[in-house]
Amino acid sequence: MRHDHLLTAKQLSRADIETVLDRAAAFDDDPTAAGERHADELLALCFFEPSTRTKMSFETAAKRLGGDVVDMGSVESSSVKKGESLADTVRVVEGYADGVVLRHPKQGAAKMASEHVDVPVVNAGDGAGHHPSQTLLDLYTIREHAGLDDISIGIMGDLKYGRTVHSLAHALTNFDVRQHFVSPESLRLPRSVRYDLHEAGAQVREHEDLDAVLPNLDVLYVTRIQRERFPDEDEYEEVAGEYSITPETLDAAKDDLAVMHPLPRVDEIAAAVDETDNATYFEQAHNGVPVRMALLDLLLDDD
Amino acid sequence: MTDTELRVSKIQNGTVIDHVTAGEALHVLGLLGIDGTEGTTMSLGMNVPSDRLGRKDVVKVEGRELSDSEAEVLSLIAPEATINIIRDYEVVDKRRVERPEEVGGVLVCPNRECITNAGEPVETTFAVLEDGLRCEYCGEIVREDITAHLRD
Repeated sequence: MRHDHLLTAKQLSRADIETVLDRAAAFDDDPTAAGERHADELLALCFFEPSTRTKMSFETAAKRLGGDVVDMGSVESSSVKKGESLADTVRVVEGYADGVVLRHPKQGAAKMASEHVDVPVVNAGDGAGHHPSQTLLDLYTIREHAGLDDISIGIMGDLKYGRTVHSLAHALTNFDVRQHFVSPESLRLPRSVRYDLHEAGAQVREHEDLDAVLPNLDVLYVTRIQRERFPDEDEYEEVAGEYSITPETLDAAKDDLAVMHPLPRVDEIAAAVDETDNATYFEQAHNGVPVRMALLDLLLDDD
Repeated sequence: MTDTELRVSKIQNGTVIDHVTAGEALHVLGLLGIDGTEGTTMSLGMNVPSDRLGRKDVVKVEGRELSDSEAEVLSLIAPEATINIIRDYEVVDKRRVERPEEVGGVLVCPNRECITNAGEPVETTFAVLEDGLRCEYCGEIVREDITAHLRD
């Protein structure tokens, strides 16, 4: 992989993805394999929105590579509260660190930030845009369970605003994957993502009902439908109920279906599913560390 | 051209935009920021017979030369247009508009959640697609009514 930044999954070729996943596998087998390759290197964590998994796994990854992190902290306690622009913030931060991990509510924020600094920028979520490092760990998980070619994946929930969905859909066009998108009409994929999938010649189907497609799936990627996307509580409850998974739902699925979720979940996957062999979401979250180690190792590599 | 078809006086200094897609002349004025209140002398021909296009619009603007970025956006709404720059009644430059790969700075992204609408020091950039434009920052696609997204 030869990129200065990781801004969207669209920029990644199949070779790029495989390079990251292969290196992640090596770190997964032996977390000490990285040694002190990145000793003395500092990663800046600039999270303008809350995060648990993404932030902590980047921090863990940086430390396992021998480096460390500097954390901007919450927006409330930073100069952003005084009206500082994002452009100024990252220009200041690049003086402190060897790379910047950025989460921001505005779409395109990471791209703009990357234009103002000379250190690598990783997009850790830009509004309803992209979340490419999540995609890499999703792909790693899919590869472990089903392989990345000749598979059918169902992607269900909030497809309109779900940045993990957008990035995953883009990345999967590099592989022989049949993508089935399952959502209510109002939360279908945005026009921009549909355009890219069409341009890439992806095998895509859209459904409002999971039942029609579930028996054929190797992977089911569930995302949270957010309450605020609906005009009233009743409509939300109705829709959310239709797009949730219970152990009974899985009766119609293949035995080895991998159920994934970027987390946090609310009600869309019942707790009882955790006890099934299909539950893959906690393992998926754990994969964030070796995958982000691999990503940082490649991006921070000056050689 | 006969007197009965179209009669407009020559301009001394300015721009004649010819071969504008029939019906698009008012959008061209929008692109140039001309609404008549600024005192600019201009004349407009709409649905004029044209050998090349069948029907065409023509816009003549006194005292105004089109910038390169304006010409780029013009190419999106009138891909066959020709631009004639007039100085002292003479055509000093005549060129066809060229469809650029991207246009920068002149359009506003319609996505309110785009970083280009967040008060940051960044100019919009749109990739030119076969049938529209695409924001290089948020990916928003604009297909209809491009002139509605011109920056003030």
